Amino acid sequence: MEFQLSCPIPKSEYEKVLLAHGGGGTLTHQLISKMFLNQFGNEYLNELHDGAIFEISGNKFAFTTDSYVVNPIFFPGGNIGELAINGTVNDLAVCGAKPLFISAGFIIEEGLEIEELWQIVLSMKKAADEAGVMIVTGDTKVVEKGKGDKIFINTSGIGLVYEGLEISPKKVKSGDVIIINGRIAEHGIAIMSEREGLEFETKIKSDTAPLNGLVEDILKVSNKISVMRDPTRGGLASALNEIASSANVKIEIYEKEIPVSEEVMGACEILGLDPLYIANEGKILVFVDESDAEKVLDAMKKNPHGKESRIIGKVIEEGLSLVTMKTLIGSTRIVDMISGEQLPRIC
Amino acid sequence: MKYLSEFRNPEAAQNLALKIKEVTKRNWTIMEVCGGQTHSILKYNIDELLPDKIRLIHGPGCPVCVTSLEMIDKAIEIASQPDVIFTSFGDMLRVPGSKLDLLSVKANGGDVRMVYSPLDAVKIAQSNPDKKVVFFAVGFETTAPANGMSVLRAKELGLKNYSILCSHVLVPPAIEALMSGFNSSINGFLAAGHVCTVMGYEEYLPLAEKYKIPIVVTGFEPIDILQGILKCVTLLEEGKNIVENQYSRVVRKEGNLAAKEVIKKVFEITDRKWRGIGLIPKSGLKLKDEFSDFDAEKIFDIKNLQVDEPEVCIAGEVLQGLKLPIECPAFGKECTPENPLGAPMVSSEGACAAYFHYKKVKIN
Amino acid sequence: MCLAVPGKVEEIYEGTDLIKMAKVNFGGVKKDVCVAWIPDLQVGDYVLVHVGFALNKIDEKEAMETLRILKEMGELNELDQSNESEQ
Repeated sequence: MEFQLSCPIPKSEYEKVLLAHGGGGTLTHQLISKMFLNQFGNEYLNELHDGAIFEISGNKFAFTTDSYVVNPIFFPGGNIGELAINGTVNDLAVCGAKPLFISAGFIIEEGLEIEELWQIVLSMKKAADEAGVMIVTGDTKVVEKGKGDKIFINTSGIGLVYEGLEISPKKVKSGDVIIINGRIAEHGIAIMSEREGLEFETKIKSDTAPLNGLVEDILKVSNKISVMRDPTRGGLASALNEIASSANVKIEIYEKEIPVSEEVMGACEILGLDPLYIANEGKILVFVDESDAEKVLDAMKKNPHGKESRIIGKVIEEGLSLVTMKTLIGSTRIVDMISGEQLPRIC
Repeated sequence: MKYLSEFRNPEAAQNLALKIKEVTKRNWTIMEVCGGQTHSILKYNIDELLPDKIRLIHGPGCPVCVTSLEMIDKAIEIASQPDVIFTSFGDMLRVPGSKLDLLSVKANGGDVRMVYSPLDAVKIAQSNPDKKVVFFAVGFETTAPANGMSVLRAKELGLKNYSILCSHVLVPPAIEALMSGFNSSINGFLAAGHVCTVMGYEEYLPLAEKYKIPIVVTGFEPIDILQGILKCVTLLEEGKNIVENQYSRVVRKEGNLAAKEVIKKVFEITDRKWRGIGLIPKSGLKLKDEFSDFDAEKIFDIKNLQVDEPEVCIAGEVLQGLKLPIECPAFGKECTPENPLGAPMVSSEGACAAYFHYKKVKIN
Repeated sequence: MCLAVPGKVEEIYEGTDLIKMAKVNFGGVKKDVCVAWIPDLQVGDYVLVHVGFALNKIDEKEAMETLRILKEMGELNELDQSNESEQ
């Protein structure tokens, strides 16, 4: 179906919003480009980075926002509260900014246990302290029972970009090495293990963690970082595809180097899922010039959130936007962007 | 994980690839019937390891892909009713019917739930006595005993609110239909290891003989598939039209007798329409009359739906192995996993979706 | 079609409705699986699981045999290659 440029409502082929429109994959990207960018587009938004970077009186700031609607609100390894703080802290950190101030907007469904809210508040406080940020403004709304799902939290954050630092997909070039700070897919699997109809017993916990300390350690040892990204929703594959497409480069990753725990593998096998497409909340992808790769890797390994850091791939070509993977058996295949919500493949 | 990682070993893969090259003298077209194998072949890009003389084509072995449009529309109609909880395996939810898919029914307020096992659907029925719980029983012989078991459980538990919408299909009649067509270019088959785990492979012996084709019962890991191909090519080169079992660690000649017994108890053979292919005689399973209280098609008054596939879609030819997905004029253009015109673009086991994700040919 | 995964039987028990069940471990992740169709099942056995049902036991001897053939093939290939390089 062709879209006319003059079409007043650039809707997609769907008449209603589907869950997959929020899945972080192709449908989300369609929604963003056909609706939001279509109307809001400007030099900051068009970058489609995790946050906008702007300058005020000689200082560069990063500004980001994110909403948290995770279900269940308490999950193995954390809850919606710390997720909301860590997520926004990480979005700022990967922009190369030191997170400073955070806002918190609560949309609470009538009937939420006060004790649950208290637990959420406590873990937000703890997460904010660990990341060294202050929650400086907020908002509270309560909606009728049935109009929400216990609690939704929106956080926005402002951070100060490290002086002289410029990291953006445009700096990515052939030869850049790609490092990840540990095992993938743990957050998504932890959440799934609690989901009705798919329950399984596991010790897998969400990897939610603030990464600003890790980013600081990285930036201390290298000024040759091209780009950083936290591969959250849509997983590693989607984050790499986003970078490949905005930097217009070909990325190759190596399946045998990608850290996946045996348990996550087990869960993925029984549900027929691909860990490359499953969400993380404490992972970071670092694209760094080859010459600094070892230095950065060492620095990352010394940080508690980077002990299992590994080189998982390389930028191998410019002028072609593609992600490929050397498979376990030595062949090469394309790693595509996820199309919609990844559904368990059972029959 | 034991029994998985050993069968993803890179040296073994390289050795098998070398051996296949060595053995292959002539051009051969081999069809893997099972969608799970198609998925592995593309996920590991096994084609890259094979000599040009070997062409793999992907058969109609994805239940999600071959479930007829009418059946999907029936599912959608049932799922849209207010007192129904409609349960299904995950990958069935996104298959397009003639207008909607089950996920859209959910978006419109229907109670559509994903389950891992048909027994979970029975549990949902137990805990929701005021709702009618329907399970979309799709699948081949591998899944039939599990789905049959859910009916037996529901009967034992005296549940009055559980039923299945039965759309089971069988592999041997499909192979027969493919081989008896005029156009068959298929030289050999990789038979579906998990179907044979349940059914055994006695049914395949007469097929190999009648159509003079070697059939190799094959597993799902890349090493299994490469070894299956090696066995198949070796048989082809030697002119032997017999059945071999590569997947001997789980497949016994007679299959699993207890599971087969469940199928026999609950189901009987029926003609079944396959999406994109049409009616294949005696190619499906339906509930026996004594279980009609559990038959959603009988419980719900669904009109006889007649619908047509989009004209441009060549799903039928793809499912029969006559064409590759990339030969379709709509592939990657009008038809993408986000906007599938035909079922093989939906399931990640469908040949079209698998090609789209793993083997995308850049389309200008 | 028919995703089925090998897992290790950790415990065999009678389910709430008198159905033979087992706790099966898949690399650390555990699920309750119906094992009604598997005679002589013992804790420690590996089964192939599909939609919550064990389809069959995995035959260790057969698996080892397949792996042995693959290993031998590797050694043969190495021989072939060394022969070629000698020539």
